[in-house]
Amino acid sequence: MEPFTTHTGVGVPLRRSNVDTDQIIPAVYLKRVTRTGFEDGLFAAWRGDEQFILNQEPYRAGSVLVAGPDFGTGSSREHAVWALLNYGFRVVLSARFADIFRGNAGKQGLVAAQCEQSDIELLWKILEAEPGTEVTVDLIEKTVRAKDFTAPFFVDDYTRRRLLEGLDDIALTLRHEAAVTEFEQARPKWKPVTTPL
Amino acid sequence: MVRAMAKTLAEKVWDQHVVRRGDGAEPDLLYIDLHLIHEVTSPQAFDGLRLAGRPVRRPDLTIATEDHNVPTTGIDLPIADPVSRKQVETLRRNCAEFGVRLHPMGDVEQGIVHVVGPQLGLTQPGMTVVCGDSHTSTHGAFGALAFGIGTSEVEHVLATQTLSLRPFKTMAITVNGELRHGVTAKDVILAVIARIGTGGGQGYVLEYRGSAIEALSMEARMTVCNMSIEAGARAGMIAPDDTTFEYLKGRPHAPDGADWDAAVAAWRELRTDDDAVFDEEVVIDADSLVPFVTWGTNPGQGLPLTASVPDPADIADENERIAAEKALTYMGLAPGTPLRDIHVDTVFLGSCTNGRIEDLRAAAAVIRGHHVADNVRMLVVPGSMRVRAQAESEGLDKVFLAAGAEWRQAGCSMCLGMNPDQLAPGERSASTSNRNFEGRQGKGGRTHLVSPLVAAATAVRGTLSTPDDLN
Repeated sequence: MEPFTTHTGVGVPLRRSNVDTDQIIPAVYLKRVTRTGFEDGLFAAWRGDEQFILNQEPYRAGSVLVAGPDFGTGSSREHAVWALLNYGFRVVLSARFADIFRGNAGKQGLVAAQCEQSDIELLWKILEAEPGTEVTVDLIEKTVRAKDFTAPFFVDDYTRRRLLEGLDDIALTLRHEAAVTEFEQARPKWKPVTTPL
Repeated sequence: MVRAMAKTLAEKVWDQHVVRRGDGAEPDLLYIDLHLIHEVTSPQAFDGLRLAGRPVRRPDLTIATEDHNVPTTGIDLPIADPVSRKQVETLRRNCAEFGVRLHPMGDVEQGIVHVVGPQLGLTQPGMTVVCGDSHTSTHGAFGALAFGIGTSEVEHVLATQTLSLRPFKTMAITVNGELRHGVTAKDVILAVIARIGTGGGQGYVLEYRGSAIEALSMEARMTVCNMSIEAGARAGMIAPDDTTFEYLKGRPHAPDGADWDAAVAAWRELRTDDDAVFDEEVVIDADSLVPFVTWGTNPGQGLPLTASVPDPADIADENERIAAEKALTYMGLAPGTPLRDIHVDTVFLGSCTNGRIEDLRAAAAVIRGHHVADNVRMLVVPGSMRVRAQAESEGLDKVFLAAGAEWRQAGCSMCLGMNPDQLAPGERSASTSNRNFEGRQGKGGRTHLVSPLVAAATAVRGTLSTPDDLN
């Protein structure tokens, strides 16, 4: 995973709540066996509409998505995160994220930054008043800036540290392998195994 | 976090699986007892293992099945869609290479991953169960801590049999009283979601309790826990009791002999302590519940079937109002229309929510002696090949076929648009599945979530109906 410290890019106002992962990427795009190439599936149903925000210049080149509350609900598909990253997004701002989406984002280097809804609304106004406005997301300071507007955002400290350092989760856990082995030896023997009978 | 001595069920299961306690800056490292795999969310995880030269740590705690992509007709033929076929073949290759047990299409144990685990007796009280699928919450019906994970976490569990996690908050959903005739587990959970909202459960494990929950069968409990994710929750749980133990006893992977006694003794401890404190509590009166149906495009947009399509103008919150307006436009519904007057084109009975034997029995009892309405198609899709065989041994297939419904092979089918079973643009369904998102059942498809009883009655009348409407 690439380390993330700060990012500046075009902000995209997405005035929708409950953007579920079926909207972020419909199931029909989930059949691939790679982690790349999902950008064509991003918001696929909505992108059929010319008025959709990502079909408009200069939002098309956006990399900071500013969305309504309850972003990423529904299916656990990590493809939703891959689709956003593959398209070019580095940050999603929302007042509330679904838990699984938030976890998936943190593991892939997409910053899921939680803001007050009132700040989201102010950002929407700025980005709509002047399309193409750049938004700076500073993970060190945990602030988002656009023009002369600044607001704090929340990312939990552990995720933030891993994002800043670009750490590999599995390698981190394998440092504790002895503890895992010890735990396994103490498990009750009646716990099931999947070995065919 | 320092915990008081008294613990909730979720905290007990959590604490029993902590390999290494986080020091505040780091999360806990949690051991995973059972890892369920399917073809959609695993290929990139196996690829990651291969790239890093890592094995699957515990193939004997891992099991795979093919469900999302599989067609439900002509399963003796190769999958027609080459991309679906490749994904299924990739799972087969990965399972062979890494030594993971797999139940492929056509196998007697194949089915939806959340139907297969419980019926094999692999899902047991007090376990941690994960799968790259948000409906893993289903297994919480056994008093297991079960939750969906993303592909990075699938790879993490394959490599380490653990996950790094912070403890979830706990919420009690107490359903007191007795469910009225014709009111099902599906109506309970749809009412819960309408009450707390699609984000109300975020960060929480929900524990369903109270007399109405205790009275539910295991299959009904699975329906309730299954849709915990639709309230935004990580997991849903129900304390194990004699109903749980009776369901498990004699299943292929359940303990037996002295092991059974030891297991039951441990399982009986898995109850929330009387003086334990939940972070949040919700109380629902079972007697007040009626058959529920969704009118919009998220599972929280639901109402009693006796109600009418809401008017967005009546909704005070601006975001909610805009969401309702968008939903009604997508659904092609006018405010004020009685829900009972809504015509459907398709009825889907199946999925990990309502594709178990009891669901098929309940629907068959309603539809017996009736016929599916003109211009309506009804798909009946058992959740697993075992469920299908059981239903056929009871003659349920003949009931559905005599009524003009289609009797299919096992799989996720029309719950999600990933296999040939899909809605056409503009087509409207009454569906026993779990999500009414835009395009969920096929691009442009319109979904109303219902119970198996409402599904069967709706198939007969062609409009959203309850069994009582057939008399």
